[in-house]
Amino acid sequence: MASATSSEPVHHIALTLSDQLPALQVLIPFVAAPLMVFIGVRSLAWPIAFLASLASLVISVLLLQRVIGGSEISYHMGGWAPPLGIEYRVDAANAFVLLLISAISSVVLAYARGSLKAEVPEKNHTLFYALYLLCLTGLLGVVITGDAFNVFVFLEISSLSTYVLIAQGSYRDKRALTASYNYLIMGTIGATFFVIGIGFLYMATGTLNMADLAERISEQRDSRTIRAAFAFIVVGIGLKAAIYPLHLWLPNAYTYAPSPVSAFLAGTATKMAIYVLLRFMFTVFQPEFLADIKILEAVIIPFALIAMFAASISAFYQRDIKRMLAHSSVAQLGYMLLGIGFFSHTGLTATIIHLFNHGITKAALFMGAGCFVFAVGATSYEKLKGLGKTMPWTSAAMVIGGMSLVGIPGTAGFVSKWVLVQAAFENGWWGFAFLIVLSSIIAVAYVWRMIETLYLSAPTEGVTAKEAPLSMLIPLCLMALSTIYFGFATDITLSASKAAASGLLSGSSGLH
Amino acid sequence: MRHHLILRVITKLLVGTIFLFALYVQFHGDYSPGGGFQAGVIMAVGFIIYGIVFTLEKVKAVFPPWLVHKVVALGVLIYAGTGIYSLFYGYGYLDYAAIDPHHPVHGQHLGILIVELGVGVTVTGVMVAVYYAFAARAPSLSDEDW
Repeated sequence: MASATSSEPVHHIALTLSDQLPALQVLIPFVAAPLMVFIGVRSLAWPIAFLASLASLVISVLLLQRVIGGSEISYHMGGWAPPLGIEYRVDAANAFVLLLISAISSVVLAYARGSLKAEVPEKNHTLFYALYLLCLTGLLGVVITGDAFNVFVFLEISSLSTYVLIAQGSYRDKRALTASYNYLIMGTIGATFFVIGIGFLYMATGTLNMADLAERISEQRDSRTIRAAFAFIVVGIGLKAAIYPLHLWLPNAYTYAPSPVSAFLAGTATKMAIYVLLRFMFTVFQPEFLADIKILEAVIIPFALIAMFAASISAFYQRDIKRMLAHSSVAQLGYMLLGIGFFSHTGLTATIIHLFNHGITKAALFMGAGCFVFAVGATSYEKLKGLGKTMPWTSAAMVIGGMSLVGIPGTAGFVSKWVLVQAAFENGWWGFAFLIVLSSIIAVAYVWRMIETLYLSAPTEGVTAKEAPLSMLIPLCLMALSTIYFGFATDITLSASKAAASGLLSGSSGLH
Repeated sequence: MRHHLILRVITKLLVGTIFLFALYVQFHGDYSPGGGFQAGVIMAVGFIIYGIVFTLEKVKAVFPPWLVHKVVALGVLIYAGTGIYSLFYGYGYLDYAAIDPHHPVHGQHLGILIVELGVGVTVTGVMVAVYYAFAARAPSLSDEDW
């Protein structure tokens, strides 16, 4: 009662700006989105979006610096302490993914300004950028939160905005509408499965906080409810992550979306889902649980292998560069799953570093594809013949990206494949090392097909192309060069991935 | 609609009452069932019934689509703005104690009221926007759309 009558302020230690960083990470893009719609001035939309994305990039760098040593930050939403309140928890694993998402978002936004003018009518631009920021908000939120239900909420924010962003491709090709609708159905099924899983978890444990969940699940590992929850969550997130048999929405969605959207999603969306999968598998359910139910041997590894080969082979047979890249994304997700399947520190390091390296590689490649759309209005190989001469910069960036996709030494893709092969050797699984190299050879084939089209074929008659404007080329080259940079400067990515893997494998103790 | 005299008169009577009821549900949300979501839907119903009886053009004259966009954004800004306000006072995001540091319970009360207002504003906007989107849809696709 004393507090009800006194006029003295209740004792409170003021939080400083650096304490607020976890909230600001999500908040800045979230507020910027309605703000630009409210202001409603089209010329201001892009600058607001770009500044917001840049701000969240700066914040993610600051956060990563603070947690890379293995420490953790916990932020209580609304001042309510977990496990009752919603908690944002930053550790090395999610700070690294936050950095990836906000970095790709910023570079793609710089690129989007030029690219979007060619693909989406001007009157939609304000809402487009608002949705883009909402999508970014959702992706960042999923990654930063330490609350299982909050993951679902942010997942829906990012998914719903993604559906609309993909549908914006309908101004270039009407098939974007069916692609988006397809993704809407599949994505909704995935989200439903995910939330059913969360419901089961809540039923069995009475909590939604991940750290708290981990503790209570370890007490009842044999419960059928818990196992059903796990199955629902893996399938639900599997749909979002485009794990091999659940990937059917992906090729069309990436092919028909506007180019900046393809680049942004290819670099971030599936990576976010893989992160959620890791988080649930290793932090919430614990490695012992995974060993108990043998999901890795029975599900993850077989489908990872099928993805590596089947999707690579289908990538080879595509006649459209964006579609080829989309199929190759499914194949590359196979490598990440294989890393999980190795069930070792090195394996997880490989997964996380490939998540980053493939993110920047694919973003660069899709941005290059967007330059082709800008120049010739199409991405089919038929139209791209001989563009290496007329569009030297774009084509060179595509070649660099392609090399990173294959895993040529000196590129980012090599680093992650190297760690993956190392993980295979560590387990003594020599056959897997061979399979990784074999599937990379298929990657050589489909990347070569692209290079052959660009450089060695005679140009199609009637197709005149000019190099894309600098506003698109500079971000593209930046992204392509970063794949080379991270191929040599491996200490940043490797140490972050190792810290992330240690955090994930230390189980619930890693969360406390 | 010129023939439906009863419909038109009753609708004109009802719209005001519906708005009043929406505001009641909005601001009594913390004492009785209700809150921003319900109030927003009821508020939007007022516009929708006006649109159904007096045609889409009439309701668009009252509540033009560009304004609907702003209203949708405004509600979110009210919500997030409440949270940002507490950031400036050194509290966590959406910690309503910041609104009245001398009396945190009052702060909580006021905070939830403002946040619910934000929810109500956005839900109104979204419901009306959904109605506009469906009602304004062309009855059939033209051949060139395929």
